Amino acid sequence: MHDFDWSSIPGALPFLWDGMKISLEITALAIVAGIVWGTLLALMRLSRFRALSWFAAGYVNLFRSVPLVMVLLWFFLIVPQLLEILLGLAPGTDARLPSAMVGFALFESAYYSEIIRAGIQSVPKGQIAAAHALGMSYGQAMRLVVLPQAFRNMVPLLLTQAIILFQDTSLVYVSALADFFGAAYKVGDRDGRLVELLLFAGAVYFVLCYSASLLARRYQKRAGA
Amino acid sequence: MISIRNVSKSYGSFRVLADCSTEVARSEVVVVCGPSGSGKSTLIKCVNGLEPFQRGEIVVNGISVGDPKTDLPGLRSHVGMVFQNFELFPHMTITENLTIAQVEVLGRSREEATERGMGLLDRVGLKAHAGKHPGQLSGGQQQRVAIARALAMDPICMLFDEPTSALDPEMINEVLDVMVELAQEGMTMMVVTHEMGFARKVAHRVIFMDHGRIVEDAKKEDFFGTPRSERAQQFLSKILHH
Repeated sequence: MHDFDWSSIPGALPFLWDGMKISLEITALAIVAGIVWGTLLALMRLSRFRALSWFAAGYVNLFRSVPLVMVLLWFFLIVPQLLEILLGLAPGTDARLPSAMVGFALFESAYYSEIIRAGIQSVPKGQIAAAHALGMSYGQAMRLVVLPQAFRNMVPLLLTQAIILFQDTSLVYVSALADFFGAAYKVGDRDGRLVELLLFAGAVYFVLCYSASLLARRYQKRAGA
Repeated sequence: MISIRNVSKSYGSFRVLADCSTEVARSEVVVVCGPSGSGKSTLIKCVNGLEPFQRGEIVVNGISVGDPKTDLPGLRSHVGMVFQNFELFPHMTITENLTIAQVEVLGRSREEATERGMGLLDRVGLKAHAGKHPGQLSGGQQQRVAIARALAMDPICMLFDEPTSALDPEMINEVLDVMVELAQEGMTMMVVTHEMGFARKVAHRVIFMDHGRIVEDAKKEDFFGTPRSERAQQFLSKILHH
């Protein structure tokens, strides 16, 4: 039986908290970018213009058919070089966080766009007709009538996706970035207490995600009532 | 005001409208009736371009609806439409429903739009409900708000697509009363409905459609007196004897 020793955790809390901040930062940015870019992708996918709809369909299918870890690695390898060229950064600048963020944002947009597309399609066609009949343009009808209703219907799904996203941020360990999971791994590795640290990290993920999903369910019940 | 000339429309090989022609003059009230699937709703939706059509021409107030160069949103902002299922915006209050298009489309100030909206809401007898959401109102009340919303845009004509078909019987009259009043004030109206009482009271002409064709287009007196087509006679006897 493993002999548990939790003593290395209290001293490591500040370092773990820094890791948690990185996890939350990546999550927040990926949610915002995912919703904005995902909405544009969804509108393109539903567009009458073939080229736009094919582009969006191709994008979504590509990102949904590739493991996230691989996307993160690609961006880990490509983005720093791009930034060096675009911004004239010195070679070797630490661009792990931006590249992880870009990778996440682009990957998650594919999933968000499918949720948003379903949300847009859940708004009755008559609402769009009514908006047009009042003289609204396509953009006005979307912005004022369709999207507000679509997002209201989508809140539970968006929250669920955000929870999955938060868990997925642990995959940035492939770029040796010290997010919460990465930080826990490093501390455990250093002190030879990997099992304890990983159990602790797992418990923290569980408490945060389970509370968030309870909140989502409560919102869903209230909205459905 | 509205001129429909040889309009045809098909979904693939299925013909929904076949060579339909009619005119609605200024201040005229025209009722369109016919069995379900006869194309009457499609025809009225072609008038403001909500439904495209392949052949023929529709001219509203001198503007061709089917012309790709036509500013359709601009045209629609002056053509009021009332739908079978009301289609109020459920995420907005009644006041917002009445003002949103005035502000966003016509560019009126919020104060001006609210004043116009409240005046019309009062007119349809619902001023007390201004702060509510559509879901808190009965069907009849929602449809009256929908009429007020269309009128707030100061339309040159009004299109009604089965405005009472989705209502419980006891709510039909409150909506018809508003429409009768509107007709008596001289509003140009094209109304798809089976409410023959309404047609008798205020219509100038009645159009009967069947299988995408305008089978009968007659003055009200002639239509209810001696409809020429057998199909219209059958239809009338069915809906009047129940």
